[in-house]
Amino acid sequence: MTHVPISVTVDGALYEAEVEPRSLLVHFLREDIGRVGTVVGCDTSNCGTCTVLLNGRSVKSCSVLAVQANGANVLTIQGLAEGDGNWHPVQQAFKECHGLQCGYCTPGMVMSAVDLLQENPSPSEEEIREGLEGCLCRCTGYHNIVKSVQFAAEMMGGK
Amino acid sequence: MIPVAFDYTKPSTVDEAVQALIAGGEDAKVISGGQSLMPVLRLRMAAPSVLVDVGGIAEMNGVSDDGDHLLIGSNTTHHDVMNNALVKQHAGLLAMTAATVADPQIRHRGTLGGSLAHADPAGDLPTAALALECVMVAQGPKGRREIAAKDFFVDYFTSALESDEVLVAIKVPKMGDGWGYHYEKFNRTAQAWATVGVAAAVKRQNGTITEARVALTNMGPSPIRASSVESALAGASASADAIAAASTSAADGTRPTSDLHATAEFREHLARVLTKRAVAQAAGV
Repeated sequence: MTHVPISVTVDGALYEAEVEPRSLLVHFLREDIGRVGTVVGCDTSNCGTCTVLLNGRSVKSCSVLAVQANGANVLTIQGLAEGDGNWHPVQQAFKECHGLQCGYCTPGMVMSAVDLLQENPSPSEEEIREGLEGCLCRCTGYHNIVKSVQFAAEMMGGK
Repeated sequence: MIPVAFDYTKPSTVDEAVQALIAGGEDAKVISGGQSLMPVLRLRMAAPSVLVDVGGIAEMNGVSDDGDHLLIGSNTTHHDVMNNALVKQHAGLLAMTAATVADPQIRHRGTLGGSLAHADPAGDLPTAALALECVMVAQGPKGRREIAAKDFFVDYFTSALESDEVLVAIKVPKMGDGWGYHYEKFNRTAQAWATVGVAAAVKRQNGTITEARVALTNMGPSPIRASSVESALAGASASADAIAAASTSAADGTRPTSDLHATAEFREHLARVLTKRAVAQAAGV
């Protein structure tokens, strides 16, 4: 199988690689360049755990081919904190409000919340629940996840 | 799971895409956002020899005003369809329906053209396209042709597109004054496909329904117009009683399946109930 050259900016760094066309973006992130903060939950497009921002918008990285990200800018959970190590307000809010239990869905929840808040800086509770519709938490910790997003919105000045 | 190996090509024009499809033969497959295709590939329910990625074809992007209709490029994402000012103004039913598709991440990638070409009987957008009497613009080796929505959805996951044709754009007739619309979907969990869905567009004049379009999701191998409901509504008063009476025939002529989610009988029941709700909303009752 012919490999295809791609160049993708991930969390601010440019990566050049040759990938099989069938490689999923999440596999490229985890296995080719070692960005393992993005995890695979269901591998069936359902759970949203592998959510990253692709050119600024949330996508499920198990449902995008790595070749389709050629030339794109990808932001993962690992690139969310600023260079000085300060957490993003959404990350801080998840810590403050105990927005995680086992933590497995957290990368996807946080990235989805970041996307939600950039589109709607002061969402209602219902808008948060609908905005995170694409992410599943099998601990069913949704209540505190919603609180976390509300708190993040306040911190980010959207209230 | 990891898909079966395939080749990949990314043309920059529709002509190149058609050439790639001809070269790829029967097993070539078009991909755009890939939100319907990727799950199928991962489950190895499809094993294309080559994927022709039309996502980089500029002329298949965006929404333009073309007189009595809008021209929506096939690559336009659900997110862009639901937020586009022209679509909201002239084809609100399509914007409303796009907003119910899956979840935000899928809507950022999934495209209108892809959803229509996929022809999933449980897909929402084919039903809206049928109710709006959209026209599909396809390009193949012999040039372009236009296919009415009623002829486009042929069978389960089967559209009228030939294997060497690309769905380039969708012509969406503008809804004029006096029309109301609604898409009513019943599903069991967030982001699930429609167990049944109903798209309704209703034209009202002085308390009377002058014209109604009602289309059903997942009531057969492809979306279907509830024509007996439409006939019963034409000329009826825009009242809850008249709408309820007309909606009793919503399941007439349908062929719903029984599956894990619902029996055929339950789907028929849902078609009647959801039609009543959708038409009432569309008529402002």
